[in-house]
Amino acid sequence: MHPSLTRPNVPDRLELRSIRKAYPAVVANDDVSLRVAPGEIHAVVGENGAGKSTLMKIIYGIVQPDSGEMLWNGREVVIRSPAQAQRLGIGMVFQHFALFDTLTAAENIALALPTTPSLNALSDQISSVAASYGLPVDPARPIYTLSVGERQRVEIVRALLRKPGLLILDEPTSVLTPQAVEKLFEALRRIAADGCSILYISHKLNEIQSLCDSATVLRGGRVTGTCVPRQETPASIARMMIGEDLPRYREATQAAAGRTRLELANVSLPTRDPFGTALADVSLGIRSGEILGIAGVSGNGQAELMSVLSGEQRLVEHGAVRLDGEAIGHLGPAERRALGLRSVPEDRLDQGAVPAMSLADNVLVTVNRGRATRCGLIRFSWIEAYAKTCIETFGVRCGGPAAHAGSLSGGNLQKYIIGREILQEPGVLIVSQPTWGVDVGAAVVIRQALLDLRDRGAAILVISEELDELFDIADRIAVMAGGRLSEGVERACTSRDRVGLAMTGGHGAPSLHVKEADDAVAL
Amino acid sequence: MSSLVAQLIVATLVAGTPLVYAALGELVVERAGVVNMGVEGMMVVGAVAAFAVAMATGSLGLGVLVAMAAGMLLSLLFAVLAVSFNANQVAVGLALTIFGTSLGSYLGKSYVGMALVVPPSGLGAAAADIPILGQLHPLVWLSWVLFTATWFFLYRTKYGLALRAVGESPASAHAIGYPVIRIRYLATLFGGALAGIAGAYVSLVYTALWTEGLIAGRGWIAVALVVFATWRPGRCLAGAYLFGGATMAQLFAQSAGVGLPSELMSALPYLATIVVLALISRDETMMRLNVPASLGKPFSI
Repeated sequence: MHPSLTRPNVPDRLELRSIRKAYPAVVANDDVSLRVAPGEIHAVVGENGAGKSTLMKIIYGIVQPDSGEMLWNGREVVIRSPAQAQRLGIGMVFQHFALFDTLTAAENIALALPTTPSLNALSDQISSVAASYGLPVDPARPIYTLSVGERQRVEIVRALLRKPGLLILDEPTSVLTPQAVEKLFEALRRIAADGCSILYISHKLNEIQSLCDSATVLRGGRVTGTCVPRQETPASIARMMIGEDLPRYREATQAAAGRTRLELANVSLPTRDPFGTALADVSLGIRSGEILGIAGVSGNGQAELMSVLSGEQRLVEHGAVRLDGEAIGHLGPAERRALGLRSVPEDRLDQGAVPAMSLADNVLVTVNRGRATRCGLIRFSWIEAYAKTCIETFGVRCGGPAAHAGSLSGGNLQKYIIGREILQEPGVLIVSQPTWGVDVGAAVVIRQALLDLRDRGAAILVISEELDELFDIADRIAVMAGGRLSEGVERACTSRDRVGLAMTGGHGAPSLHVKEADDAVAL
Repeated sequence: MSSLVAQLIVATLVAGTPLVYAALGELVVERAGVVNMGVEGMMVVGAVAAFAVAMATGSLGLGVLVAMAAGMLLSLLFAVLAVSFNANQVAVGLALTIFGTSLGSYLGKSYVGMALVVPPSGLGAAAADIPILGQLHPLVWLSWVLFTATWFFLYRTKYGLALRAVGESPASAHAIGYPVIRIRYLATLFGGALAGIAGAYVSLVYTALWTEGLIAGRGWIAVALVVFATWRPGRCLAGAYLFGGATMAQLFAQSAGVGLPSELMSALPYLATIVVLALISRDETMMRLNVPASLGKPFSI
């Protein structure tokens, strides 16, 4: 039950009335109202681009609304800066943490406090907050040495030390293992029980159902519904969120996996970058007609693995990477593409496309041999036709081949970039975080395209942080943790919990096999 | 013998001091995430302003103060363009150097060849008997005080922490409530003031006369020093005195009649400083951990 309904005399902690914020190209928030009672955990649900982040930035004073009212504990307020929001008692935990990498946890926390206690006193405070909410933090360690889960705890502790009346969490579980999510939820429930309200931003319906007292659903910048999540089904919330039923995958016509196409044998790669992860004895094999999924919290060697596979990082030992048995470890990305090994990087704006160039010109980024050119000159008609085919085949919503890549939404650009590679019918495709920051509709299109490519006999490697995604499309799943890669296990033989445990990594991590592990326990 | 060693030490400290000031100022600026390449220009203007004021009033102290003000004025111009209006920092800095150098030549035209004769200050006279220290100008002592204070500020105070945080991630600093633009302005002004003092020191103390091209690229060395010192004050200080020592060594060598063209000899300190610091800064980890992550990147809300 909505707590404020049972105690009508207590003013809401926060109330928004008809908030509107328009940007030149888009109305981010339109007539958005919501109420959060003291101690309530309130979800703000919506797809990417639904206006959740803008709304939170308005509450936190980073962005000013065009119109609308904000009430804090029943009194109207205008919040002009994050500093003012903090003074009122609003704390925020950012999706891409607002931390300083080279400073220690204690220094990061000290920066956010209005007073300056001595570092020793502060360390004691940190420990006591950490203990009471189950959020262990080592004050002396620099941020860059921490895992993402630890960084998040630093942010939460930092916000809690200011004794906030409202804590905003923006997609806090996108980088956590299932077990870490459970721990986070316990901490959040304790925080709420102490009277602090929580605004929980997410698009993960099962989490909202297990954690939140009430929810406001946004679509296209407008409120499309409010509900008590526990009384709904994921499907009914999804309908409010995307306006239609969740799309489904087509039935797979899967043939048995064939011969091994791409092989990696005992690759170790030291790193001189203190922010990087060294690869330790990584081996893998991908067979034609299968998708191998690599799970893991990012920063555990995925970027390094990707660079070894794509050819950005060449290896001294030629035979460490083999394509159809041929040693290619010394070849660069262009040479590997010519052999039929294509890759889609994680960062679509930085590595996957040139944002300031047209979609047609962006064809040339990876499709620049054969018919794309004649005597070294670009065949503009050909690349334009290619771009057009890609746009039509994958349903890219854009202004045509002449539209700048940077003008597309994340989901549409991602469809375009993956489509550009798939149209080349690669024998081996490597994709990193294919649906990161992509709306549900586009994610289904992308995953379906990968499944179709697999059914046509390609060998595909998908690196992803989203366990649900891997369990949807991968035939085998391996886990990357601390620069090591586990063995790939058939999807049916493992479980989300098993994979989650392995993601926390280290030596002696449990086997991914549900059955084997249970046998081991029985012994 | 010992007097020769003492002489060498004094000469090194004297020659290195302008770089201590200029590099220390630029270090603070860059720690806030701003690259001001106009150090050379600010030093030239500081030098000529100090010289003109000292000639007119006979007061070195007043000359130094005016030089500080002149440096701050130029850095304010830089901050308005590069911090507020987000113009490209490198381009604005280069323009500032060209502007400052030409302005200095123009203003200093009537002073060319003139020498400054000022009696030693009371403080200097009182300390004259102390070995080494007594032979140094109070501005050299002040550089040590400033160095210590700056180090303490950067690494022991919350404001220094905030300044480093702004250089590391202005977006995060803004998100937790820090006035990023104001902090960058203050840092830039501090850099301007120190470049001004550095210039004043050259024209008032080091040469005590005005010629065209007096600063002779010391501002550029200061900018390079900060980078090669991996943004750490101690290394900046060492680099500045390395330059000073090399300058003196080549002067001694020239007067001893080493058979190399004097132009080449004059280039040696610059070369030696760059080579040594480049060798030190090869450690990528060290570089990566100390470089202000937002260096040179504009920030707007």
